Amino acid sequence: MAVTIKPGESYGFFTDTSICIGCKACEVACKEWNQLQGDSPKFLADSYDNTGQLDDQNWRHVKFIDDVPAQSADAGNGKAFLMMSDVCKHCKHASCMEVCPTGAIIRTEFDTVFIQQDVCNGCRNCIAACPYSVIALNPATGTAHKCTLCYDRLQGGLQPACAKACPTQSIQFGPLAELQQAADVRLAALHSQGVTQAQLYGRDDKIYGGLNAFFLLMDKPETYGLPNAENAKLPSRNDVGGYVGALVTAVLGVIAGIVAFRRRGTS
Amino acid sequence: MIYLAAEHFVRAPQWTWYILGYFFFAGLTGGCYALATLLRLVGDARDEPAARLGFYASFVTLLVCPVLLTADLGASWWKFWHMLVDVTPGDQGLNFKYWSPMSVGVWALLVFGLFAAVSALESFVLDRRAGARPLGGIAGLVFNVIGGVFALFIASYTGVLLSVSNQPIWSDTWMLGGLFLASGLSGSAALLALLTRYRPDAAFSLGRLHEADGYFSILELVLLVAFFLTIIAAGTAGPTVPLLPLWLLALVGIGSSLVVARGHMRIRPAGGSAAIARAGTDTLVVSALVLLGVLALRAAVIFSAQ
Repeated sequence: MAVTIKPGESYGFFTDTSICIGCKACEVACKEWNQLQGDSPKFLADSYDNTGQLDDQNWRHVKFIDDVPAQSADAGNGKAFLMMSDVCKHCKHASCMEVCPTGAIIRTEFDTVFIQQDVCNGCRNCIAACPYSVIALNPATGTAHKCTLCYDRLQGGLQPACAKACPTQSIQFGPLAELQQAADVRLAALHSQGVTQAQLYGRDDKIYGGLNAFFLLMDKPETYGLPNAENAKLPSRNDVGGYVGALVTAVLGVIAGIVAFRRRGTS
Repeated sequence: MIYLAAEHFVRAPQWTWYILGYFFFAGLTGGCYALATLLRLVGDARDEPAARLGFYASFVTLLVCPVLLTADLGASWWKFWHMLVDVTPGDQGLNFKYWSPMSVGVWALLVFGLFAAVSALESFVLDRRAGARPLGGIAGLVFNVIGGVFALFIASYTGVLLSVSNQPIWSDTWMLGGLFLASGLSGSAALLALLTRYRPDAAFSLGRLHEADGYFSILELVLLVAFFLTIIAAGTAGPTVPLLPLWLLALVGIGSSLVVARGHMRIRPAGGSAAIARAGTDTLVVSALVLLGVLALRAAVIFSAQ
């Protein structure tokens, strides 16, 4: 899909997991373009996944979710993998950006979330905040790393490497509004075919105000390791409660100190 | 806030030993300053030596804090100042995010450092020559009170910082700020009680410090119970179980404080602080247990989510 990329517009990914075949071309293309060495392959013994997780060396990760009974098989027979190419969600209300104390995490002119490597000082507050386990520290650079949504390629008018490499168009890149339209059409088609479990994740603003990288899932979000709408909360939800708890304790502590230290003529 | 079966898919930030050390010393530096201020404001004139001891202890424990925080940054240690100054090209300026406890905490630590340094210097001057306070009158009291407010913040914000995340346990409770503050005050009272062994003229305050430690420990115990109730309600208490020895150590510290405080309350009519001052070995053992408990509590909280 040829896309004209212009600063000032919102861009993102629509990842349709129903047509992901787990080939990992996205992982390879991402590593190649971004010059990521990758971790040593791991034998995880439960699928074809030897990447394991998103981290500083893996900005795309194809999840293989095993042990899902296939609807077409009899009970107890047949299993299926749910496959999903996971990536930074570039949330509208990004937890990482909210807590970053240095201003290293910014929203770019393409409405994506980007970590400035020269500004980040490796405090890891963003890692504690990201609800998707996307960001990780690179010990060599001492900075936090994650998908940039190929910021450098976008500046050059090129679509991200993973979307370019995806052979099934499971990963689609484009202006957010167009992607959302495409997702709605795809969801309607699947529902009309009786695939009622299909659902969109992050398409609307219920999840962190909407995700620039949103998904069509074939099961509930928790199955894919994604928080549902009830659990998708920003860290700042605890600001007031946390400080009020501390304030009440401070008042009680001062009163306790006054009671203990008050002048009372002890000798 | 409280809901059952909170689900978390977040990665641990690997805040380990340096951060544990910082949380420990932040509790002590803030707690010591707050207690020193209270001793000076509401205590007897004979509490002044203990107050000065508190300002010294606050300053010394403060010095460790930036070292630990900087070391924790690893390869980026030389960018520690990015916490204060935004170096984003085209958007340079001071960094202050009131909604990010880490950002607020860095500024608070900087400002509190000024108060702690001046108060320690003033104590040093007063110890060298008798006379009126260099920061005398209302201005001096106001200075200590403002410093005390910052001190209470420093001792507590580390708990709020953990809560303002998406980590299991940490983000499932609002109790950590208060819990760390109560624990920091208790540890500070124990530390000052211990230090009176090395400053005889501060022995008058020993019993009072033990009594205060007892009150802080009651507060800590209540908050500890509330902490567990909230994470049980959220369904995330499971990972705390393997760290049972640390929780028990924290409880031993709380129990020790209560035993000594109760002892003081009983003998106060018969001899007050002077009687307690003779119980040097008890103070040594109890203070060590309390400080160990303060460290264990923070370790248990930090490591149970990682």
